Amino acid sequence: MPLKLLVTAKRVEDPESRIQVKPDGTGIVTEGVNYKLNPFDEIAVEEALRLEEQHGGEVVVVSIGGARAVTELRAALAMGADRGIHVRHDGPLDPVVVSALLAKVFEQEKPDLAILGKQSIDDDQNQAGQYLAERLGLGQATFASKHDSLESEAEQKRLPGLAVSADGTRVTVVREVDGGVETLEVRLPAVVTTDLRLNKPRFASLPGIMKAKKKEIREIPAASLGVDLTPKVAVRKLAAPPARKGGVKVADVDELVRKLRDEAKAV
Amino acid sequence: MKEYTAPLRDMQFVLRELAPIDEVARLPGCGEVNLELAEAILAEAGKFAAGVLSPLNVVGDREGARVVADGEVVTATGWRGAYRSFVEGGWNALSCSPEYGGQGVPRLVSALVEEMWNAANLSFALCPMLTRGAIEALELKGSEELKGRYLPKLTSGEWAGTMVLTEPQAGSDLSAVRTRAVRQPDGSYRLEGQKIFITYGEHDLAENIVHLVLARTPDAPEGVKGISLFVVPKFLVNADGSLGARNDVRCVSLEHKLGIHASPTAVLAFGDKDGAVGWLVGEENRGLEYMFITMNAARFSVGLEGVGIAERAYQLALACARERLQGTELGTRSKEKVAILRHPDVRRMLLLMKSRTEAMRAVACVTAAAMDTARCHPEAEQRARSQAFVELMIPIVKAWSTDNAIDIASLGIQVHGGMGFIEETGAAQLFRDSRITSIYEGTNGIQAIDLVGRKVARDGGETIRRVMAEMREVVTRLEQEKSETLSAIAARLRDGVTALEQAVQFVVATFGPDVRRAAAGAVPFLELFGTVAGGWQMARAALAAHRHLEAGTGEAGFLRAKISTARFYADHVLVRGGGLARTVVADADAVLALPDDQF
Repeated sequence: MPLKLLVTAKRVEDPESRIQVKPDGTGIVTEGVNYKLNPFDEIAVEEALRLEEQHGGEVVVVSIGGARAVTELRAALAMGADRGIHVRHDGPLDPVVVSALLAKVFEQEKPDLAILGKQSIDDDQNQAGQYLAERLGLGQATFASKHDSLESEAEQKRLPGLAVSADGTRVTVVREVDGGVETLEVRLPAVVTTDLRLNKPRFASLPGIMKAKKKEIREIPAASLGVDLTPKVAVRKLAAPPARKGGVKVADVDELVRKLRDEAKAV
Repeated sequence: MKEYTAPLRDMQFVLRELAPIDEVARLPGCGEVNLELAEAILAEAGKFAAGVLSPLNVVGDREGARVVADGEVVTATGWRGAYRSFVEGGWNALSCSPEYGGQGVPRLVSALVEEMWNAANLSFALCPMLTRGAIEALELKGSEELKGRYLPKLTSGEWAGTMVLTEPQAGSDLSAVRTRAVRQPDGSYRLEGQKIFITYGEHDLAENIVHLVLARTPDAPEGVKGISLFVVPKFLVNADGSLGARNDVRCVSLEHKLGIHASPTAVLAFGDKDGAVGWLVGEENRGLEYMFITMNAARFSVGLEGVGIAERAYQLALACARERLQGTELGTRSKEKVAILRHPDVRRMLLLMKSRTEAMRAVACVTAAAMDTARCHPEAEQRARSQAFVELMIPIVKAWSTDNAIDIASLGIQVHGGMGFIEETGAAQLFRDSRITSIYEGTNGIQAIDLVGRKVARDGGETIRRVMAEMREVVTRLEQEKSETLSAIAARLRDGVTALEQAVQFVVATFGPDVRRAAAGAVPFLELFGTVAGGWQMARAALAAHRHLEAGTGEAGFLRAKISTARFYADHVLVRGGGLARTVVADADAVLALPDDQF
């Protein structure tokens, strides 16, 4: 059965850039910062492409953000996704708003499966996927992973880690949990969020990049989706972690205990 | 070694401001690739360079390539997989003709992509670079049959190419080539002889290797006018395109080299048994002429190797300078250790690296854009003008960029201090790898002779003076901006152009009547022209950055850094022009006067 897959592609700061907090703590200095497709979303796109290769169907990528978010949509299209949706929104966002907007897109597109990165590496919230499933009343399987290693033959062959049943009604997901992995079966349509060890995303090929230019990206103004765009979370202050102080060597256990008790007040 | 990061910001700046991609995209046949697509290509190529090629650079250096039984060559761990990814990604076909499956991306864009491959892993990048050389030779003069048989798979990269020129007695002087080619009744030839220094002459990356070989037919005239060009595949190709018998060409050994260890440099024996089967490209006795046409493209590519190595050396040195804490802030009483980036001389070294690398990139890209214009412009006059500019600039891109790269890689070691001399940092590898670039594809001395003779003296200095007129226009525009920094840059550029004019006058006047004097100053002349051309591009960059700042467009930090870097170039590099001009004009006698037995 062909599958229709909806995948997220968020534009995030490239951690290789030098990230500096603005002196007034209201955010980061954006000048000189490079941006990229959220690595967790990149894994989601890869997984969707593998499912499409196995089952046929369509991969639709969606990004919410300002004009530049098109760059990340094109990156996903260059990997092989079929078309893009750009929910245009220029202001601040939080996972509550993001999930509300994604729910609207989901209702329009009616995919069999939504695959999201489990979190975006800018503010590491890890909430949008869970909210989305709840809003839609769908089953969810978060932190999708797989038993095979990223060096395995299955990975070399680019086999999907998510197993969709032949009749297209269920998906089996191996997910990472504390202390191990568990396997869930979820009825479709459903929401899956991807963890790091699900797959190794492909590099876009040159023909893929050339073709991506001609693929459709539909722009939808966020305001047109009938969603309250006011974030429920406001960033009050951003600060860099305090610089680590140098450690000290202690002579023996007694000194260690004394220091922990008297100086660090830890015991 | 710290992994490579593609300098996308500077590349984008060049494509917007100095060698506008949108102008190239308007040329017929260069269409499609506008700024947006070019940026997407650069971004993805940058990922591939950083993620696949860069991590293999050190592996390749340590393991090298080795010969196993029967003359087969094994490349370093991971290289076969990387090459497969490279081919699957379609990167080999980047600048190739769409007729045989290429993407036909403008040279301007492919030049920047090539810079990335070179920076990430020079040894790897040589394989596709040589393949492209073979493709160009076949496209230029190959029969339809040869093109149909070889070009599709060379374009995709399933097969690799080589350029087989050098013999022990025929290095820079190819007229001494002795490899023999005897015509057979079926129209093919049998080749016999030994070739050396064949880059990627044998390897396990591709399933077939297509050698383009210079050889002599039995009745050929002596010297340069008796050399022909042949295609000699490692495996013969059947009529249906499948691979047939192994041809009689073997790798005898690989050289042990100072650098580019992972690039197999082969000694090839042709015709040890019954003759290597080859096919003539074009006409007999015109091989060297064809080779020189494709060699121009190869020389440009070697220049990009210089840009790539310089960029990588800068990135490595900068990372070290930010991390390494030594000494305290000069001029303060603070006892706090500071990163060596704070020390004025380290900053000076880093700026010598950064400013020249940016200047080299800009000069190469302006030349690449002219290549696209020379190929695609609808008006013949514009095509000819651009072609003349390209030919003038190729020795600059090749020799000036590689001479600079060696110096920049050396400065990179210096910034690292003692650790730079230790292989672990990678700074040493870049220095070793860079060293060949001023030698192969025509030594830089030969580039300089080509520049003063064929490119400057032959047309009486007309082409170079047209470029100098453009430089003077930039001086005027800088002065009109009423900025102290831009005026300072303008003053240095004006002095540079004046110095260049003196040297051009000397070269034009001397090359005919007293060629030895002109030749004695050829390398300083090349350095002078490169230095001033770099200053010209940095001045244009400063002007564009200034205008964006005035208009409040673009990233202010990057733009201010561009102006500051251009100012540094003017004061520390461009300023040397006057001295170089004096060397060109006055000091030839000292070179020639010393009796041979006093050396």
